[in-house]
Amino acid sequence: MSQQMEAAAVQRSDWFDIADLDQIVPGTGAAARLGKEQVAIFNTRDGIFAVQNHDPFSGANVLSRGIVGDIGGRLVVASPVYKQHFCLRSGECLEDGSVRLQTFAVTVRDSRVWIAAGE
Amino acid sequence: MQTRKLVVIGNGMVGQRFLEELVAMNQNFQITVFCEEPCPAYDRVQLSSWFSGATDEDLALTDLAFFERHSIRLITGEAAATIDRDQRRVTGNKGTVVDYDALVLATGSYPFVPPIPGHDREACFVYRTLDDLRQIKAAAEGCRRGVVIGGGLLGLEAAKALKDLGLTTDVIEFAPQLMAVQLDTRGGQLLREKIEALGVNVHTSTATQCIEAGDTARHRLVFAEGELETDMVVFSAGIRPQDKLARDCGLTIGERGGVVIDDHCMTSDPAIFAIGEVALWQSRIFGLVAPGYDMARKLAGHLCGQGEPFSGADMSTKLKLLGVEVGSIGDAHGKTEGSRVCVVEDSIKGFYKKLVINQDATRLLGAVLVGDTSDYDMLLQYALNGLDLPESPVSLILPSDNKPVLGVDALPAQAQICSCNNVSKGALCQAIENGCTTIGALKTETRASATCGGCATLVKQVLDAELKRRGVEVNDHICEHFAYSRQGLYHLIRVNKIRSFDELLETHGTGRGCDICKPAVASILASCWNDYVLDPKHVGLQDTNDNFLANLQKDGSYSVVPRIPGGEITPEKLLVLGQVAQKYDLYTKITGGQRVDLFGARVEQLPLIWRDLVDAGFESGHAYGKALRTVKSCVGSTWCRYGVQDSVSMAIYVEERYRGLRSPHKLKMAVSGCTRECAEAQSKDVGVIATEKGWNLYVCGNGGMRPRHAELFASDLDDETLIRYIDRFLMFYIRTADRLQRTSVWRDNLEGGLEYLQDVIINDSLGIAAELETQMQGVIDTYVCEWKRTIEDPVALQRFRPFLNDDNPDEQIVYVRERGQKRPARAEEKDKVELVEVV
Repeated sequence: MSQQMEAAAVQRSDWFDIADLDQIVPGTGAAARLGKEQVAIFNTRDGIFAVQNHDPFSGANVLSRGIVGDIGGRLVVASPVYKQHFCLRSGECLEDGSVRLQTFAVTVRDSRVWIAAGE
Repeated sequence: MQTRKLVVIGNGMVGQRFLEELVAMNQNFQITVFCEEPCPAYDRVQLSSWFSGATDEDLALTDLAFFERHSIRLITGEAAATIDRDQRRVTGNKGTVVDYDALVLATGSYPFVPPIPGHDREACFVYRTLDDLRQIKAAAEGCRRGVVIGGGLLGLEAAKALKDLGLTTDVIEFAPQLMAVQLDTRGGQLLREKIEALGVNVHTSTATQCIEAGDTARHRLVFAEGELETDMVVFSAGIRPQDKLARDCGLTIGERGGVVIDDHCMTSDPAIFAIGEVALWQSRIFGLVAPGYDMARKLAGHLCGQGEPFSGADMSTKLKLLGVEVGSIGDAHGKTEGSRVCVVEDSIKGFYKKLVINQDATRLLGAVLVGDTSDYDMLLQYALNGLDLPESPVSLILPSDNKPVLGVDALPAQAQICSCNNVSKGALCQAIENGCTTIGALKTETRASATCGGCATLVKQVLDAELKRRGVEVNDHICEHFAYSRQGLYHLIRVNKIRSFDELLETHGTGRGCDICKPAVASILASCWNDYVLDPKHVGLQDTNDNFLANLQKDGSYSVVPRIPGGEITPEKLLVLGQVAQKYDLYTKITGGQRVDLFGARVEQLPLIWRDLVDAGFESGHAYGKALRTVKSCVGSTWCRYGVQDSVSMAIYVEERYRGLRSPHKLKMAVSGCTRECAEAQSKDVGVIATEKGWNLYVCGNGGMRPRHAELFASDLDDETLIRYIDRFLMFYIRTADRLQRTSVWRDNLEGGLEYLQDVIINDSLGIAAELETQMQGVIDTYVCEWKRTIEDPVALQRFRPFLNDDNPDEQIVYVRERGQKRPARAEEKDKVELVEVV
C-alpha cells in the first residue's frame, strides 16, 4: 500500500492499537479482535498484512494459524483446515475466484501494530 | 437378465482368478464353488516361502469375505465326486448336490508319483499343497537326510524346502540334466554346479528302481548302479491333469490326459468348460500360472458374451532356484530348422547365456540364461514381438556398459509387458493417458508387475518414455520454490548441515516458500537435527497440527492424545485422563491405536491441559505429527494362553525408542505375541509378530483408503537384530521417500522392490547401514517431550492465546450435549444458541 493511500485510509477509518509487533513471531500470524470482528494479522518479510480470521470454507476462525508464503508471485496464506490459498493483499481465493476475504489496512507505529476498522 | 447357475469345481489359483474376473463383470450368476482343500485359494507359486517363514495368511489369495461380498457359495473340504451331464448336476463326496447351467472345471493337476516299488512307504511325500508341506515339516523332525525325486522346476523348489528344514539334501533326476524342459545341456550343467556348491547333491541319469528299508536311515533307494540311504522322500516327477471327473462323465480326454477344450475353453459338452492345468488346448497342457490366468480371463469374458478366444501362451520363465537365477525363453533347445546360436559363458562370474536365432539372424527364437537373468525382459520382448535384432545379436548378452538398449518405443502396442496379468504396452499407455503418472498408480490400475514383479523395470521405462513423449515434464520438484525432490532437499540439508528453512531457501531456493515446502523442510530438519519444532525459526513452517502440537478439528478447537506406550496404562493414569477430561469438559474417545483422544480443547486451554498431563507423567503422543504414532500390542505371553513372546514389553521398548521421530508421513507400528496376530501388525508400517524362535518383521503395510498388507521382511530375529533392522528401515525411508508418502506407496515405487530393500537393510548393499544407525541413535539421544518443553517456555506459550488483544475465548466455538458428552454445534444449532443468548 502506498503512503498516499495509507494516509487516505487513515483519514477515512478508525485506527485501533492492537499489540506489540514482537508478539507476532516473524513468518507467522496471530488473531486479534476488532470490535465484533476477528482479524488474522501476519508478520511477513514483505510487511504486515491483515485479513478476516474467519475461513469461509470451513466456517472456523482459524486463518491466523495458516502457513504464509507465495504462489506464482502472490503472497498468500493457506487455510489450515482445507488448504485453500488466499492472497494477503487482495483477499482473493486462488482456488475459487468467487471467494474473497475482507482485508484490513495495517500499519506499525513505534513497534505497535495498528489496524483500521471498516472498508 | 436371467440368473444363471454356475458351478466351479476347484478353487486353486486359476479357479480363484476366474471368479475375480467374473464378478468384475457384474453379471447375474448364482455361483457355487467346490474346494477340496480346507481353505480357499492360495499362492502355489510361492509355496516354498512357507518354509522360510511365510504363513498360510501370507500365501492366501483370497478370504471368506470375498465369497460373502459376492454372494458366492463356497464349499470347502468337499471334492466334487460325480457330474451328471443329463441332469446338469454335480454331487460332492459328502453328499452336497448342486445343479448348474454352466460348469467350470478348474481342478488343476496332481503330482505324478512313479510306480516304483516302495513309493508308498512312510515319509514319502509329494509337493503340491499346504497340507503336503505340513506333513513334510512334521516328518522332518528327527530326519537327517532327504531326497527329492525329480530335478525339474518344482523338484528344485522342494530341494530348497528340505535344505531350509536343515536336511542333507539329494536330488535324483532321470534325465541327463536338471530342468531338461527349460534348459539346454550346458545351462543344466552350470545350474548343477551352482546348486552343488550350495550343498545339494545332484544325481542325473539316475533311475530309482525301488525304495526299501535302509540300514543307516529309514529308506534305501536302489538305483541301477549304486544306492542311497535317506529318511524322507519327496516325489516331484511332473504333474498330471486332474481329469478323473471329466473322464467319468465321458468328456473327451486327450491321449495322455487333459480335458480337451476349444478356443473358448469349452469341452466336448457345451455346458462344461475347463481352465488351467486340467485343460488340453491343441494337444498342449500349460503348466504355468500365467496361461491359466489368461484362460480364466477369456472364459469369464466368453460367459458374459465377450468372445475373445484363447490363443495359446508363451511358456518362457524367469525364476530363482536355490538362489540361482534361471531364465528360459521360447525355443530354448534350438529345435527350429536352420536356427543358429550365440553363446556367452563366464565360468569366473558364473553365468551362461545362449541366444537361439533364425537362419538369417534377424529374429530371436529362444534363449537360455543361467546365473544372470538381467537381460531376460529385453530378450523376451525381442522374441515375443518379432523385433529386428541388432547387427551383432551377441551384443545383447555381452557384459558391457554400452549394450544396445531396447527402447520401449520400439515395442508395438500389443507387446505384453506383464505376463502374469497379461498387461500390454497399449494398456499401460491407456492408463497413463487416463492420469496414472506414477508406478504405484499404474500398478493399482492395471495390475502390471503386481504378481511376480519381474517386469517392474520395463513398466517404469514405458511410463518414463510415455510421459516424455507426451511432453509431460517429468519433474520431481517439490514445489515452485525448490528445484529439488524431497530426497534432494534431504541430502542438501544433511550434507551442508543446514539448520533452518531461511538458510535453505537462500542457498538453494527462490521466493518465500509455501505450505508444501515449508512443512516438508520442517520435517526433514526435525529428522536430521531434532530441534524444537516451536522454536521461533521453525514455528512458521509447521503444518496445521504441529503448529500447536495438537490436532485441529473442524470447528477450530483441538484434540489431545497423550502417549500410552504399547497401550499399557496404570489405573492411576487412566483416572487422570478422566479427571482432565472432566475438568476441561473434553469429549473422550478411544482410538484405534490403543490410546485416548480428548476433543474440544481451545488453543488457550492446551498448555493448561498439558500441565496437568505432564505432572501425572504423560508425554506427547505426537498424534499431530508426521511422526511415530502408536505401537499397538496384544497382551502377549505374560497373560495370554497362546502368546509365545512378551509383546507388550517389546511394544513399549519400540514406542519409547522411536517416539518423536519425524518422518515423511505418519508411522504406525504393532507387536503381536503370537501368530494369531491380535495386534494387527500386518496392517502397519512396521509390524512385529512373535515366533517361537524370536520375531518376524513385516514392513510397509497400512490401513486407510488403500489398505495394503505388510510384507514379511525377515524371520526369527533376536531382539537386537530386530531393532537394528527397524532402525535402518526407518532411516532409509526417511531419507528416500517423497513428502507425504506412506511406507506402502514408497515401497511400491521402489525399483527392485522388497528384495532391494532387504539387500539394503539386511546385506548393507549400499554400505550405509552404519550411518543410518548412527543417525537414528542421534534422534533417539536428543528426544525431548515437546509438550514438557513447551509448558516451561514462556516465549512459546505466548502463541497459545485466543487473541493478541483479548483473553476471552472465541465465542463462535459452541457445543451441545449428546450421549452425555459435548460435541460441536451444527450451523442451525449455533443460530439457536446465539438467539437464546441475544434474548
